[in-house]
Amino acid sequence: MSAVTLYGLCGAILVGMGLFGLIVHPEPLRKILAFNLIGGGVFLLFGAVARRGAAAGFGGDPVPQALVITGIVVAFSATALAVALLLRLFQEIGRATLRSDG
Amino acid sequence: MPNSATAGGFLLVLAIVLPVVGVLLSLAVGGRHAERIALTLMPAGLVVAVAIAAVVWRTHNVLQYFVGSWDPPLGVAFRADGLSAAMILTTALLICGIGLFARAQFPSPREVETRAPLVFWTLLLAVWGALNAVFIGGDLFNLYVALELLTFAAVPLVCLDGRAETLAAALRYLLFALFGSILYLLGAVLLYGAYGTLDIVLLSRSIRAGPVAWAAISLMTAGLLAKAALYPFHLWLPPAHAGAPAPASAILSGLVVKAPFFLVVRLWFDVMPGLAERAAAQVLGILGATAILFGSVVALRQVRLKLLIAYSTVAQIGYLFLMFPLAVRLETGHPWSTAAWTGGVLQAISHAFAKAAMFMAAGLIAEALGHDRISGLAGIGRALPITVFAFALAGLSLMGLPPSGGFVAKAMLLTAAVAAGQWWWALVVLAGGLLAGGYVFLVLARALADSYEPLTLFATVSRRRQAVVVAVALCAVLLGFVPLRPSELLQIGRPDIVIGGLK
Repeated sequence: MSAVTLYGLCGAILVGMGLFGLIVHPEPLRKILAFNLIGGGVFLLFGAVARRGAAAGFGGDPVPQALVITGIVVAFSATALAVALLLRLFQEIGRATLRSDG
Repeated sequence: MPNSATAGGFLLVLAIVLPVVGVLLSLAVGGRHAERIALTLMPAGLVVAVAIAAVVWRTHNVLQYFVGSWDPPLGVAFRADGLSAAMILTTALLICGIGLFARAQFPSPREVETRAPLVFWTLLLAVWGALNAVFIGGDLFNLYVALELLTFAAVPLVCLDGRAETLAAALRYLLFALFGSILYLLGAVLLYGAYGTLDIVLLSRSIRAGPVAWAAISLMTAGLLAKAALYPFHLWLPPAHAGAPAPASAILSGLVVKAPFFLVVRLWFDVMPGLAERAAAQVLGILGATAILFGSVVALRQVRLKLLIAYSTVAQIGYLFLMFPLAVRLETGHPWSTAAWTGGVLQAISHAFAKAAMFMAAGLIAEALGHDRISGLAGIGRALPITVFAFALAGLSLMGLPPSGGFVAKAMLLTAAVAAGQWWWALVVLAGGLLAGGYVFLVLARALADSYEPLTLFATVSRRRQAVVVAVALCAVLLGFVPLRPSELLQIGRPDIVIGGLK
């Protein structure tokens, strides 16, 4: 198995684990972490795609790396916004859940 | 589509840059000027939108701009076809209407900066810029960034008042949206890995039917459905749209959910024209039909007016997805394929006006009464006749009665369903219309009833705001006068495979 395939598989596993967490766990903080796990997996896939030289046939492709950087910035802002909302919710009701019955 | 940038392409840049400049200025000079900046930029943005539509209409071609003069696949393209132009124009008109309406609700503070007006006016411009970026984006990754910008601008609008339940609604909305966007991004990686480009036009030339394309498009579609709140991903929508302040609800329900729908249309008809699988389209249709029936029935059972309207959005989003089983990959050139496509797009546009008007009318009613319980609406028809009239006009479009944009849209879907021999969708359209009639009538009957005790109004509602709501509702009605055939503007720049018949 080549290194690229290994990276690709790792990315796929991360995405799978993250999806599982996002769907199964009811706590918002765990969902936010799971989202970041999926994000990590997707960025790893971008890396694998870059190393394969995409379809262009280069030794390596710089475009996915530029995309990854942007993706990381977006995922970071998303996490920051989600955590800020969660913190504010915690200040208001004293717990960090979305269940209304408490 | 042309391979080079076209004259007038700078208009596309302006459509994004104007609102973004407004956002930056508002943050830089402080909250007391945010309203003024937003209101100054609105006519300018409207002029740009009209100019884009005029150029696309006059040249009968796609308006195109390459950022930094770098051609795709290295550069990023902005493209406006007829569909983009129509959506940009709808957005500009609605943003202006909502802005005029919101002035009384989010007035600039006289001395110290307050949070809500600053955030509202800034985010209004941010939503506008992000929507325009979605409508003209020609690159799938750029579209991902635009979608995320839209989410980040829309989520805080839900919890402007900072109450615990709106915070929870905003957080749930954000979690669904993040789930959707990461699936979309995953699909984009797969497409890049297989074809080496994310440009829509280049991709549409090289994409081939196969496991990679199926997987990528399925992931992206599923992610976009979560953002568009199609059943069964609708759970986040009612609390978020009903909890937001009225002008924010109008933006969210009227415009924001249309952006992911727009991208599904782009993916299915532009990125892979003629490749989409009919079975998959049937699945989208079934989800849409379930959304129509489920959303309408739940709307009938609501106690609060704003929640009723929010569930009606869940139902109306369902209509948008009826276009897929009717328009996808029937033998090329069948007339109903184009009719269904046009019906779906017209439904998106007319619902935007109708639902925005309805949410604003509900906001005025809630302001005047101090509550929005449907059982307590008696007498409001006498106190706020103009507002209730606007509500009824918007209701026409939701029910699909003439004259209204909703009627034209639903009539086209209906005709297409019958002509294509898929009569079951026609039944759903009719049942949805009856149910919508039920919940609109439920509200109007209460509002027009006489109240036994004299109605005490909490606050007086200015005529100007009521006039704005009527004007927005009238836009939905006026759309009913477009001819009952595929509109020429919307067809500009469509791949040939989709165009056909009825011309």
